[in-house]
Amino acid sequence: MKKRWSERIGFLMLYLAGILVLFFLGVILFDIFIKGVGVLSWNFLTQPPRMGMTEGGIFPAIMGTFMVSIITVIFAVPLGMFAAIYLNEYAIPGKITRLIRLAIRNLSGVPSIVYGLFGVVLFVQMFRFGTSVLSAGLTLGLLTLPWTITACEEALKTVPKSYREGALALGATKWHAIRTNVLPYAIPGMMTGVILGLSRAAGETAPILFTGAAFFLPHLPKSLFDQFMALPYHLYILATQHHAIEKVRPIAYGTALVLLGLILLLNLSAIWVRYRYRQKMRG
Amino acid sequence: MEKPYEPSLTIQETPVGKAWLHKRTGTTEKTIAFKKFQIRRLNEILIEKFFFINGLLAILILLGIFCLLFIKGFPAFREIGWKSFFTSSVWNPNSYSIPQYGILSLITSTLMVTLGALVIAVPLGVACAAFISQVASRRVREILKPAVEILAGIPSVVVGFLGIILVNPLIAKVFGISNGLNALNGSILLAIMSLPTIISLSEDALRAVPKTYKEASLALGGNDWQTLIRVLVPSALSGIIASIMLGMGRAIGETMTVLMATGNAPALTFNFLDAIQTMTSTIAIELGEVPYNTTHYYALFVIGLVLFIMTFVVNLVSDIILQKYQQVER
Repeated sequence: MKKRWSERIGFLMLYLAGILVLFFLGVILFDIFIKGVGVLSWNFLTQPPRMGMTEGGIFPAIMGTFMVSIITVIFAVPLGMFAAIYLNEYAIPGKITRLIRLAIRNLSGVPSIVYGLFGVVLFVQMFRFGTSVLSAGLTLGLLTLPWTITACEEALKTVPKSYREGALALGATKWHAIRTNVLPYAIPGMMTGVILGLSRAAGETAPILFTGAAFFLPHLPKSLFDQFMALPYHLYILATQHHAIEKVRPIAYGTALVLLGLILLLNLSAIWVRYRYRQKMRG
Repeated sequence: MEKPYEPSLTIQETPVGKAWLHKRTGTTEKTIAFKKFQIRRLNEILIEKFFFINGLLAILILLGIFCLLFIKGFPAFREIGWKSFFTSSVWNPNSYSIPQYGILSLITSTLMVTLGALVIAVPLGVACAAFISQVASRRVREILKPAVEILAGIPSVVVGFLGIILVNPLIAKVFGISNGLNALNGSILLAIMSLPTIISLSEDALRAVPKTYKEASLALGGNDWQTLIRVLVPSALSGIIASIMLGMGRAIGETMTVLMATGNAPALTFNFLDAIQTMTSTIAIELGEVPYNTTHYYALFVIGLVLFIMTFVVNLVSDIILQKYQQVER
């Protein structure tokens, strides 16, 4: 049967849509890479900015992002894990469970700037942490919490039911069964989710605008209550707030490349962990 | 050699010893075991309670966000008044004579860029989802799916940066205007930001359509295109709509891209080539500059509250649609 014209045109459009999406991604990655790679050097990665950020490197911003991410993980991962264990292992289907799930889905849709507002009131003002690494890290922790919960729950779901039943049949209590027969097999899957959450947190700007990110800080934060520089915020400043925007454009490109590289690296390592884990489960 | 004598029972374990122990302490083997069991059960209950409290955390945070925004925003209503807040379109809090707080223009700006983004992202996203799930060969799919995931992971500030550097001159050239930082720019960037959500969820929805539907359509003589348009897409429609709603929620709440690319001039306009200022960028620009607990500060929290409610409703609707659709599938 000959294909009709409408069918041909239709499928052509679908092809074009696929290609266009690839094209968007290609342009973003290509442009940042080509224009940013020239700035990259050992000094760029290890020096603080100098001469009003027109020269020097981005070392404090890299370290700031690193430190904030660690606080985010320390805060969000245990909480997310516990919540996931409750939802997957203990929760009985009912009103409260439905409500919790609804809340999680809605939390993941709350705009990041609203998390920023929440962080300002709760951590900066009420808890008196001030604008600091701690406040920003906790705010980002709240932001990544719904994703962490979902990822951990997915990981728990992949552990076969028979593992639990085997332990229970031998007389183990529920918690004992979870601890010895479920968690060890779910940890790699959880790791994947944690890394993905981390890559989200590292790239977020809006929540840290008012909770701790500093415009310019030549040294590293000395305590949890110091302000810090962060890669995404640094890029925002270089792109829009700097007094000599054209002059710092190369540095902005370099910063964007480092940020993008960091996030791609995190994503790739998540994929790698998942891949290894699947092979192990198979073997 | 003879083995030394080893008693097989301790004193307490002989019937006499047990009776003696029972008389002295009131415990029997059964009760000891029962006590141990009780302690273990108590432990289990405590552990379960602990996890339950963690489970409730999501609800607490959601309520906490709403309450704090409301508490911090409430004084603004007293000082400015409900009516002028939502009906006035002049947002000029830094005016020396009479500061004006009307968020109408901010709301329309947000809706405008969101609408623009959807006009671009919905056809493209749904087409791409259909391509991935129905047309693409395995190899193409294995390139496209990770590509969509990577696109989802690109930080909004990087997209905003490219909006300034790539899209800005492009728009300026195409439309012959001096500055390309406007609503159209924001719409294009937001479309790119919400594409991954729409693509991956629409694809899931299309994939969830039972294979028999497709086979029945083909058996009745429909070609692939007719099957896709008249059978598969309508069957997956609720899932596709839910994905669009979620993408819309993302676009409404997106901050950095619109902050960097839309020009930030609060004005009531419906021209996509004008600079605008959305709710999110207003908060982002001004919260850093205002002193805590002033009228202006409270007003920014009201914007946050409106934003929260808008995304909440959008997400809730998409959720309800998804739930219904899952029930039908079962």
